Amino acid sequence: MTSTTIDPAIFAELRDTAGADFVSELVATFADEEAPQMLAELRDALAAGSAERFRRAAHSLKSNAMTFGAVSLGELARGLELGGLPANDAPLVVLEAAYADAVDALRELSRG
Amino acid sequence: MAESGARLLVADDNKVNRLLLGRSLEVLGHRVAMAENGRVALDMLRRERFDLLLLDMEMPEMDGFQVLEQMVADTQLRDLPVIVTSSLEGVAHMARCIELGADDYLSKPVNPVLLKARINSSLEKKRLRDQQKELVRRFATSEVAEDMQRSGFALGGKRITGTVMFCDIRGFTSITEAQTAEETIELLNTFYTLMFDAITGAGGVVNQMVGDGLMSIFGAPLPLTDPCGSAVRAAREMIELIEMLNVEREAGGRMPLKIGVGIATGDMIAGYTGTHSRATYTCIGDAVNLAARLEAHTKAAARPILIDGNTAAGLDAGQTLEALGAVQLKGKASTVDVFAVAV
Repeated sequence: MTSTTIDPAIFAELRDTAGADFVSELVATFADEEAPQMLAELRDALAAGSAERFRRAAHSLKSNAMTFGAVSLGELARGLELGGLPANDAPLVVLEAAYADAVDALRELSRG
Repeated sequence: MAESGARLLVADDNKVNRLLLGRSLEVLGHRVAMAENGRVALDMLRRERFDLLLLDMEMPEMDGFQVLEQMVADTQLRDLPVIVTSSLEGVAHMARCIELGADDYLSKPVNPVLLKARINSSLEKKRLRDQQKELVRRFATSEVAEDMQRSGFALGGKRITGTVMFCDIRGFTSITEAQTAEETIELLNTFYTLMFDAITGAGGVVNQMVGDGLMSIFGAPLPLTDPCGSAVRAAREMIELIEMLNVEREAGGRMPLKIGVGIATGDMIAGYTGTHSRATYTCIGDAVNLAARLEAHTKAAARPILIDGNTAAGLDAGQTLEALGAVQLKGKASTVDVFAVAV
């Protein structure tokens, strides 16, 4: 994990403010409930050609990524939020890979 | 209260954001409720009492902009402080939120130190605003208080059509001579309580109390659909209430009260006059003068409620009126058509 997967300072601040147990629950909510929905919504929106749905889903994902200090994921999501509908799903493949890295790192950090 | 223990509502469709913000606020010692979109938030605000709303902008069903618009239009919610929490890009969004009445804007992810400072500042502002409202409310009717809040106590008038009523106690001097000063104060308090009740109940606003008399306005500062009918309804109720009071007074061996009521309708200028440190809501126009003259004439006419032709024309057919013809009133160059309302 590089420091842009999860920015350690941001994650530490989150844990200090909200408490370690709470942050573990929050990571679980993100990884098990919310993020999979957003990723699915990005693919659905792309297939349906809906730029607005695509932008909203990218916006939500960006917001959550930034909260956890998932900098790379957040930057990718921000690019999608501001960039309009992509021509194909290549950017989503990149995003999904970054998401997988971020979630692994987050679960690791919240156990520690 | 400003420091902790406030009741806050968090509106955010994103569960992670909602939970985290709720947690951060609980850590600061506040009680938190949550809504997953704007519509749910608005329902909760209308049902329960909150001290502050933290509002996300992008939400399904009803977004944050729509919530702000609805709150501005709702007198109950207009003064509730709102802090917008959003990760929308661009200053234009921020500016639009502030224009729509949001107190403050926090970018997500929300910095906990900023969060604490902004919440405390907003709650303190609300506390001061509530205090000010309470003071105004004690000295003015709620209609005038609301209009003052809206207009920002601006001095100056606007042209309106409304109905003015004057009322006073007949032979008050002989009543005061027959009882102690304490009894007189108590009588005046009872009198004012009953009159206020009848007037505000019919949609009028009492704007002046002088000795044993009062002036009230129907149709300003807030418009009424039927200012003439409302004023006459109030006058009849006032007479009825005084008659009920007299039953008690006579049982206690005291002199009965008699009141006279004069009502006139027309164009007038209504607004705040005075200085910025002390102002009163009032109306100026022919109708005001005429209503005062009609009230004075009730004694000579031996009728408790007298109205002018404009007011008579504004009443519906069901109202029994007695035409007293053209009367030369004191201070008026020409005669005025006067009508007595049956009681």
